[in-house]
Amino acid sequence: MTTATTAPATTPPTTTASATTPSATTPSVSTPPASTPTARTAGGRRRGHLHDLESEAVHILREVAGQFDRPVVLFSGGKDSVVVLHLARKAFHPAPVPFVLLHVDTGHNFPEVLEFRDRAVQRAGARLIVAAVQDWIDDGRLAERPDGTRNPLQTVPLVDTIVEQRFDAVIGGARRDEEKARAKERIFSLRDAFGGWDPRRQRPELWDLYNGRHAPGEHVRVFPLSNWTELDVWSYIRAEGIELPEIYYAHERPVFRRDGMWLTPGDWGGPRPGETVERRSVRYRTVGDMSCTGAVESAAADVAAVIEEIRATRITERGATRADDRLTEAAMEDRKREGYF
Amino acid sequence: MAATTTRDAAAGPDTATDTTTDVLGVADGMSSLDAAQFAAHAADGGADIDGDPGSAEERHGLLRFATAGSVDDGKSTLVGRLLHDSKSVLADQLDAVERTSQARGLATADLSLLVDGLRAEREQGITIDVAYRYFATPRRSFILADTPGHEQYTRNTVTGASTADLVVILVDARTGVVSQTRRHAAVAALVGVPHLLLAVNKIDLVDFDEDVFDRIAAEFDVYCRELGIGEVTAIPISALHGDNVVTRSERIRWYTGPSVLEHLETVSLDGDPAAEDAGGPAGAQPAADPAGLRFPVQYVIRPRTADLPDYRGYAGRIAAGTVRAGDRVVVLPSGRDTKVTGIDTADGSLPEAGAGDSVVLLLADDVDIARGDLIAGVHDAPPPVTEFTATVAHLADKPLRPGLRALLRYGTTAAPVLVSAIEHRLDIDTLATDAAADALRLNDIGQVRFRLAAPLPVEDFRPGGTVGALLVVDPSDGTTLAAGMAGDRRSALRPRPGGVVQKDGTVTVTPVVVPAARDEDRCPGDRPAAERAAGPANHRGPLTDPDTLSTPGP
Ligand SMILES: Nc1nc2c(ncn2[C@@H]2O[C@H](COP(=O)(O)OP(=O)(O)OP(=O)(O)O)[C@@H](O)[C@H]2O)c(=O)[nH]1
Ligand SMILES: [Mg+2]
Repeated sequence: MTTATTAPATTPPTTTASATTPSATTPSVSTPPASTPTARTAGGRRRGHLHDLESEAVHILREVAGQFDRPVVLFSGGKDSVVVLHLARKAFHPAPVPFVLLHVDTGHNFPEVLEFRDRAVQRAGARLIVAAVQDWIDDGRLAERPDGTRNPLQTVPLVDTIVEQRFDAVIGGARRDEEKARAKERIFSLRDAFGGWDPRRQRPELWDLYNGRHAPGEHVRVFPLSNWTELDVWSYIRAEGIELPEIYYAHERPVFRRDGMWLTPGDWGGPRPGETVERRSVRYRTVGDMSCTGAVESAAADVAAVIEEIRATRITERGATRADDRLTEAAMEDRKREGYF
Repeated sequence: MAATTTRDAAAGPDTATDTTTDVLGVADGMSSLDAAQFAAHAADGGADIDGDPGSAEERHGLLRFATAGSVDDGKSTLVGRLLHDSKSVLADQLDAVERTSQARGLATADLSLLVDGLRAEREQGITIDVAYRYFATPRRSFILADTPGHEQYTRNTVTGASTADLVVILVDARTGVVSQTRRHAAVAALVGVPHLLLAVNKIDLVDFDEDVFDRIAAEFDVYCRELGIGEVTAIPISALHGDNVVTRSERIRWYTGPSVLEHLETVSLDGDPAAEDAGGPAGAQPAADPAGLRFPVQYVIRPRTADLPDYRGYAGRIAAGTVRAGDRVVVLPSGRDTKVTGIDTADGSLPEAGAGDSVVLLLADDVDIARGDLIAGVHDAPPPVTEFTATVAHLADKPLRPGLRALLRYGTTAAPVLVSAIEHRLDIDTLATDAAADALRLNDIGQVRFRLAAPLPVEDFRPGGTVGALLVVDPSDGTTLAAGMAGDRRSALRPRPGGVVQKDGTVTVTPVVVPAARDEDRCPGDRPAAERAAGPANHRGPLTDPDTLSTPGP
């Protein structure tokens, strides 16, 4: 059910509605030059908060390589997973990244992001496995939801693929500052044979000793960006000159309003009657399934402007852009218990 | 920083952990907090990986702190109040908390909901597991861990405290110091947390009574002195109403010290870059000395590509000391010595690297090195031992008994270990040791003797836990049974002569400690100078010749 490909991977299903075509005025992605990532202080030593976060994440990634037999990195092309891949490349330099990459493709992903994903995989010289939700729907293991969103449908293909491929460590880009249930996560987080998270069974995790030992059939989720904030991620992207999918920067696109968010029209199920499409200058703070990932109105066309915008914002990243968290008060915890990342 | 400690090989394990007194905290003189400034800087972050001098982290560093104290003493409410009043809560998070509070018929928002994020926590109104939050003020950045007070979840409290620079211990003014208060103070001291803050909470429920506060501070003081904690700041607060949390209370006029946030912003930080650079008394270290390097090898990097057929590098994060190209080092446990020929990173090679840096070391000789080995400086390399003692916090239902075979996680090693004896169990309330104890059970703290199949360079625990920290793991399912600190942590702490609990806060923000008295003010985990001179406490195992580093076979 999973298609193992060396990049470029399977082409994403192309959207048909003309309204979904990315605007002709494609945003000019100006990736600023890395602001001297190798600069030293007078004493010759590198210091600072980002440097510490990088060292910690590199340490975590090397622990995964040292403790596990079949690790995999969840790679969607979104900013957090791009940063994880960047860190993995640095951690094992000059050797190639010793991890396979996995993307659970809902079939409703942004084409710009999929195209970016494949380029990034190729550049890293890595192998990407794509688990397509559509395949699970086609053979009846999953059913389309009435609301059209496929975000919650990712869990089954994810867990199935982990079992099928016998992955024992699954590295994700989730951060504790994203959400209140994620704030409770360990860096090495044990999952049962069904991929489930039991917050009451979490292991003590002291100092920087990470215990990856697990019973057969269980696996460990690993979160190297646990201690990063959204602003840290962007500051690091700027400092390292990391390229991102262009939809993270302000661009004009046709959007319509639903539940206080700007959504992109598409054959995933929008707009409905009564919802009108208009052109707006927007950018995405997170990227996920098109059906539940909203854009924010923005004029921030480059990384410096994005950082200014985030410093000033009074709304959290997920609060501004994710419909899936709004279903219930404990929506994220419930999804994590079922095996979501 | 002008420590009076004499630096010799025996003092090695302690030298990297000197507490430093932050004079800047006073010199800045920013005592009252301006809400508008907070709003402007609330989310200040670094802009350059190597330090943007304009960001809060670079100017005043990062403080990691954890809450502790008994169930319902108000830890989560304090954290919620701290986040809220320092403008670190974004609008949608606050909306969600207000909505939930309203739905429960509460008149005002229950700020503990900002951190009690699990369904079970919200339903029961208790904290079950640690929540981590990140916030910044114009003066400093913070990582906070809100931990549970319930005894059943002590392992989560220990998790939160293990990486903290400071622990805020809450006490309910109505009930005073209870067993959990003492347990958490002991845990904080044993894991080497440098600073303790006693928050006497719910002072609104005792009419803001100074006598109640004094009584509790005095009682806690007795315990801390017995335990050997050097310094505690006590602050009367009402977490619910915000008194002395961010701004100083108008209602507690007899208290003249800082608010909780002011204290957090000004308390001196360990690992202060200046102190680390100096490495102790100026001039004591020859420039080329490896200065007690500890480098646990995580992974061997071998690209085996066409352009790098013979590259072999040892990846790891420096646990202590510094390393420079050209340094002589010893590889443990084998004892082979060799020279560092280069320090690699993805950003190019470095002339030197220090504690906390993740790097790749290149060595002169093609010695056999694998994950789990320790690369150490030649001058103070820890001798490998097959037997050692450690102070252990037991964290699982399955008891720790003599004869138990388990897996030891130490540095990057995982090795079979045998529990050979329970030396004693610590009574948390009286601090008496029970030598007759036959096992350590869930939440017990005690001294345990371990035996290894093959020698490992186990050495005394250092605050921060990058050296001397260990886990005891159940090999069958991977459960973490216990966390340990090599050496005898209990006797490493000394009873204190004078009062240690300060209620006006001056001690911690003013460098009243003159250099000559520095030894008195060392962080709680450090062993007294006399004991240090006698060498590491834990190596009572097979005798090791410090010159050859060879150990008699097991
Ligand atoms: N009157 C008054 N009530 C308070 C104060 N601080 C906390 N409370 C109340 O005490 C109760 C417990 O507060 P929490 O913050 O959940 O306590 P906790 O220490 O986090 O509890 P655990 O995490 O379960 O150990 C709640 O009902 C709070 O509203 C205070 O300063 N004054
Ligand atoms: Mg709580």
